[in-house]
Amino acid sequence: MTLRRTMPIALLAAAAAVACGGGSSGHTVSGDKANAPAASGGVDLTGAGATFPYPIYSKWFADYAQETSVRINYQSIGSGGGIRQLSEGTVDFGASDAPMSDDELAKAKGPVLHFPTVIGAVAVTYNLPSLSTPIRLTSDVIADIFLGHITKWNDSRIRAANPGIALPATDVLVVHRADASGTTYIFSDYLSAVSADWAKAPGKGKELSWPVGIGAKGNEGVAGQVKQTPGAIGYVELAYAKQNNLPTALLKNASGAFVAPSIESATAAAAGIADKLPNNTDYRISIVNAPGADAYPIASFTWLLVYRNQTDATKAKKLKDFLHWYLHSGESTAASLEYAPLPEVMKTRLDARVDSLITGSTT
Amino acid sequence: MSGTSLSPSVLVADDGPGTVVRIHGRHIGDRIYHGAITFFALCVPILVALIAWEIAVAGWPTFRHFGLSFLTSSDWDPVKEKFGAAPAIYGTLVSSAIALVIATPLAVGVSVFLSEFAPRWMRQPVAFLVDLLAAIPSVVYGLWGIFVLLPLMRDPVMPFLRDTLHLGTTPFFTGPAYGPSMLAAGLILAIMVLPYIASVSREVLLAVPRAQREAALALGATRWEAIWRAVLPYAKSGIVGGVILGLGRALGETMAVTMLIGNRQQISASLFAPGYTMASLIANEFTEATSDAHLSALMAVGFTLLVITIIVNAIARWLVWRVGGGAASRPL
Repeated sequence: MTLRRTMPIALLAAAAAVACGGGSSGHTVSGDKANAPAASGGVDLTGAGATFPYPIYSKWFADYAQETSVRINYQSIGSGGGIRQLSEGTVDFGASDAPMSDDELAKAKGPVLHFPTVIGAVAVTYNLPSLSTPIRLTSDVIADIFLGHITKWNDSRIRAANPGIALPATDVLVVHRADASGTTYIFSDYLSAVSADWAKAPGKGKELSWPVGIGAKGNEGVAGQVKQTPGAIGYVELAYAKQNNLPTALLKNASGAFVAPSIESATAAAAGIADKLPNNTDYRISIVNAPGADAYPIASFTWLLVYRNQTDATKAKKLKDFLHWYLHSGESTAASLEYAPLPEVMKTRLDARVDSLITGSTT
Repeated sequence: MSGTSLSPSVLVADDGPGTVVRIHGRHIGDRIYHGAITFFALCVPILVALIAWEIAVAGWPTFRHFGLSFLTSSDWDPVKEKFGAAPAIYGTLVSSAIALVIATPLAVGVSVFLSEFAPRWMRQPVAFLVDLLAAIPSVVYGLWGIFVLLPLMRDPVMPFLRDTLHLGTTPFFTGPAYGPSMLAAGLILAIMVLPYIASVSREVLLAVPRAQREAALALGATRWEAIWRAVLPYAKSGIVGGVILGLGRALGETMAVTMLIGNRQQISASLFAPGYTMASLIANEFTEATSDAHLSALMAVGFTLLVITIIVNAIARWLVWRVGGGAASRPL
């Protein structure tokens, strides 16, 4: 995990201060829930970006507004839109399922800090009615299935990973996301990490040139197609798989254990990486194929994106307060919506990072 | 809006083939009215021109970089930033063609029945239900397609076409029957454009003068002959107009098609194979397109779709003009 930030030298942090009619009185944290509507009619902070963490973010913002009466407006327009709006300075913070690339960072109006919020995992779901136990898949088998090299379920390599299980001679049908999505990014990040062929050919991204298979729209499209077609295999968000009781494959992780997708195994993946993080990390890190016996291999952070140099002192204060709040109060509610919380070790380090936000324009 | 005194205004009727009536008024109200409606009339074309201009400018880097290969290449790889829109162009045209081939006879049949045969009590309810098809949101069609149409396609429709009818010997009905396919997209589009064609056709058929039918019947024509030889030819250009309306809808439809077409960047002769359309390509990738090259490529797809729509419409207009009897009668 090398730290390599290609930041523009000219740090003109003259981000357009969006005057959203927020109350001029900087409302500080005061526990009284009863007099919540004290903070004038407007919105205190605005953000935009990723759709994947939207359910938990909206819960956080609602809880936070109740506790502190600081109101945060979040628009789930997609990670790409979030990055674009942050770069243009039209929002106070962005959110993304994929870390910003060096190019994107260079286009922003100043240094951008990445704050991991929760961990998302991607489950591999399949349709093999004859199986009574979850199928076990190794990383090279998954890569070769999605590359189109393995075309039958009774392929010798699938059989080798599933001793004693009778696999049907059904054709494999690959189902992938057709719409650009963070789920695809995480999944292809994993495949690129475990397969040199995959890294060369489709590579990683929110939308790919898929070697085989059919594209379905959204988690529900992939799940629907897989459910209806015997022999189909696809990938969906963990939360979606759990809420709909889809069959999910056990995946062999970097330590050689077969792990089911779950909140705990996703957090374990982050913990496996977090221990080894250098002190100066920018948190633009991938946690796929993480070490650790319990770590689920297809997991990823989702990030809040914040400018390090804040122009508006009032907003900066509110933003910092919120960032501290999510690290402590927010994380504990993540699991209730099927998101994996950050491992404990990361929280204290991220606290320090929140404090590194600078207020006032630096030229 | 008139002033206090009524000054004389002159009505001048041109004696040309069209009956253009000009009102020369000196009232301030007339002039305001004249200015206002001119402005409104100009608004729409200006808006279209501005949209086209903006999309063209945004897509220009892609056209310049890839040239003609943008339209002919099948390689669409956002990761490597290589963009070829041929499968999407092909899919758009083919899925719309399938839709029209299926929907047109159905829609004309419905409207002939409603205007010529249906008992009076049946006309309104059936016409209303057909029109109601147009009011269903396209995402609902898509969901219905995923949960009802696709399973039906997989079994029995596709195996029936391929094996029972032995159409599998032609290149158009080969390959595995997974469900999501060009055929499924064409079918859902057929259902979606049907009300447009049916509604226009019905109005046109109802407008055919009684004398036209009575004359045919008086000459000893059977009912079938009267409709086929006298009524339908009279209504021909109007029905083609309805088909054009349906075609416009089919070319631009996005959501339902995306959910059923399988979204695969390939050109395959088989209608069982998945494909892609331009509208679904834009819808799928636009929200998360961050790189300039990718955004520009999607804009270029949008511009191509616009141009193709204009070309197809122009061809269709020409068809209306032709079936309408050439220069003798004017297109709708």
